[in-house]
Amino acid sequence: MSVNQTSQAMELHTPMLNELESGPWPSFFSDLKEYSKKKPIVAQLLNQLEESYENRWNYWLGKIINAPGYGGGIIARVSELSHKYPGLANFHTVRVIEPPGWVYSTESLRNLADTAERNGAGILQFHGMSGDVLLLGFDDAGSLQCVEDLMNDGWDIGGSGAAMRTLQCCVGQARCEMACYDTMKTTKHITDTFIHYLHRPEFVYKFKFKLSGCGNDCANSMLRSDMPIIGTWRGPMQVDQAKVAEFIDEKGIEYLIDNVITRCPTRCLAVRGKSLEVDNDNCVRCMHCINVMHHALKPGLDRGVTILVGGHRTLKIGDTLSSVLVPFMKLETDEDLDELISFIERVWEFWNDNGMDHERIGEFIHRVGMGTFLKGVGLEPDPRMIRQPRTTPYIKFEELAPTRFEGEQTKMPPVWNREAEAVETA
Amino acid sequence: MSNKPLAPRDQGAPDYTKLLHPLMAKNYGAWESHDRLRPGVLVHTAKSGDKLYSVRAGSPRTMSADTVRKVCDIADKYCQGFLRFTSRSNVEFLCGDKNDLDGLVNAVENSLGWPLGGTGPSVSNISHTQGWLHCNLPGSDAAGSVKALMDELIDEFKNETLPNRVHISSSCCQINCASHGDIAIIVQHHHPPRINHANMQICELPKVVAICPAAAIRPAVVNGMETVEVVNEKCMYCGACHGQCPSMEIRDSETDTLSIWVGGKVSNARTPPTFMKLAVWGLPNNPPRWPEVGEAVRRILSAYKESAKPWERVGEWIDRIGWQRFFEKTGFPFTRYHIDDGPEALSNLNRSAMVRL
Repeated sequence: MSVNQTSQAMELHTPMLNELESGPWPSFFSDLKEYSKKKPIVAQLLNQLEESYENRWNYWLGKIINAPGYGGGIIARVSELSHKYPGLANFHTVRVIEPPGWVYSTESLRNLADTAERNGAGILQFHGMSGDVLLLGFDDAGSLQCVEDLMNDGWDIGGSGAAMRTLQCCVGQARCEMACYDTMKTTKHITDTFIHYLHRPEFVYKFKFKLSGCGNDCANSMLRSDMPIIGTWRGPMQVDQAKVAEFIDEKGIEYLIDNVITRCPTRCLAVRGKSLEVDNDNCVRCMHCINVMHHALKPGLDRGVTILVGGHRTLKIGDTLSSVLVPFMKLETDEDLDELISFIERVWEFWNDNGMDHERIGEFIHRVGMGTFLKGVGLEPDPRMIRQPRTTPYIKFEELAPTRFEGEQTKMPPVWNREAEAVETA
Repeated sequence: MSNKPLAPRDQGAPDYTKLLHPLMAKNYGAWESHDRLRPGVLVHTAKSGDKLYSVRAGSPRTMSADTVRKVCDIADKYCQGFLRFTSRSNVEFLCGDKNDLDGLVNAVENSLGWPLGGTGPSVSNISHTQGWLHCNLPGSDAAGSVKALMDELIDEFKNETLPNRVHISSSCCQINCASHGDIAIIVQHHHPPRINHANMQICELPKVVAICPAAAIRPAVVNGMETVEVVNEKCMYCGACHGQCPSMEIRDSETDTLSIWVGGKVSNARTPPTFMKLAVWGLPNNPPRWPEVGEAVRRILSAYKESAKPWERVGEWIDRIGWQRFFEKTGFPFTRYHIDDGPEALSNLNRSAMVRL
């Protein structure tokens, strides 16, 4: 029996937290307070949280604990107040890889609840900011047993540290008519293919994928992942002119003009009588008109993905937004998936060979330049990758620098050909 | 306890095909359209004619095992045992039979006590971080401040009366795990880290030096011990070093404050994705209910509701009316601290003679 299962009952003293019981939004505190009658250790947690509220101070420290053979997935927490709350001396989180699209059977959810309760404090979170299910409140032995039980029941633990992190995706084709590719299948495929990199951190820093079925980006990939994979299509979108006419009859022509025609970012829509004209060559697949007129308009039929790179939140060089790396790729057959996998490997290899410690790929591209990055991963430049060409004139043209006198070095070897500066010795 | 030795099994992501509602599995990739029946209730129609009803409710994200079981009881009774969560911690009960809908809605609202909503042009559930409950770095709480704020905003969650959807995020330190939002709340520190030189041996010093975005940390020897020092003039109080090394304490319970940021957007619809921008700073970190934050968020929402056009997200609305009007309408003071001195500093100035007078 681990400590967290055998903690003695402790009286709750939570005058400030009690203030979180009123009001219409469901209260995690009321839930945990009730649950503490069954799980005494939860009372210790709430009493410590009350001290945090009173003193505006935090009492958790980190440490490192791993399941044998894994380099991440258990987020260890030790309390500075363990002399008062012995059950919190070791009170870790276990990250569990969520089902793609966060779909569950009640059988699977009950299994998670039972595992969390049997081995620890029985607190679950749906979901953490990187998509994982979080199970809270295990001591060292309980953490390992929890991981073991999860494994036996078909789950796997999530990523942490300088690793490929747990992927997340939108509900996609399971319940959305706008999804332009199979986000769930692709998420599982990338996760399973690269599971080694998820469990054993060996990158220069973390790497996150998020997958959205269309430009609406319900998986929040653009700002929150190193490699967003977003569904799109080539050729014309589908227009049902009869339903366009119905839309106009129902909402009025002014609504159409104010909320659809004039809101198109590339002005490629026009209304002619009761039908809609689309300049498909100029459409950037932003999804707005389809969102508003979703019965009349649908994505086109030749579907695939746009792959972007480099988004992350502000540390260390400021926010970076993802930018286009592969304007279009088909993603339907197994061969398409193989191509995606080998593309990801190329990107990782160049970044991990040349990136500095703690350097996200967006920061790496910022440092070496997108031109260098493209050459490093073997991609041709494409005007769809940029907003506009450069404005600074200082350029090192390799082609325009012939030798002017004997012995002058005209070419720095490009970074992707350079010898490593220090050779590792055995 | 099992005696089997632990070993890596690398099982990967769960097999989602076994976790799909039968109508999702049957109509996978063959959906035709969707409609919103009422706030919190969606219906998706498949090409086959099947209809799947999704009842969306705001969850507290943090739940006891018993609450998870209550959720399961409802899904067993009305949803053939299947449900899903959204990226903003809403639960979606999936229901294949329209006749079960009333019972399902009643069970969610009354026996579970979770509000229906978060669909269409509404305030959805708040993405948030771990806070004092279980993080090692937080300057504030997350689950509690979110509970207090959603109490304030419940009507905007339960109704679809805003110009477009509003995503709110709440982060309890400047690493900002909850990231961007139409409205985002972040803790801010106001002093350089306090270094516990006696406890620096637990940290990898080169990493502590290297992680500083301002290059403000350098090696030093104090009392004969290897440690680091901080050039206070360079330090921008971000706390990156504190994440790397707990002996670099950045938090201060007396002086830490909260700030609110607006106009973040990930969707590509109409306009490209955008970062969030500073709206108001210096709000007190005031548990247990953070009333000043609630008041400020309400001010932003009511100005947005009153003057944005349909489909404009918060950032698009401000882009159209201009920041001068935003500060007028919200009543927040515009200060020199709102003028960017970070990586985007020059491009964030008004580099034109286009001025509203």
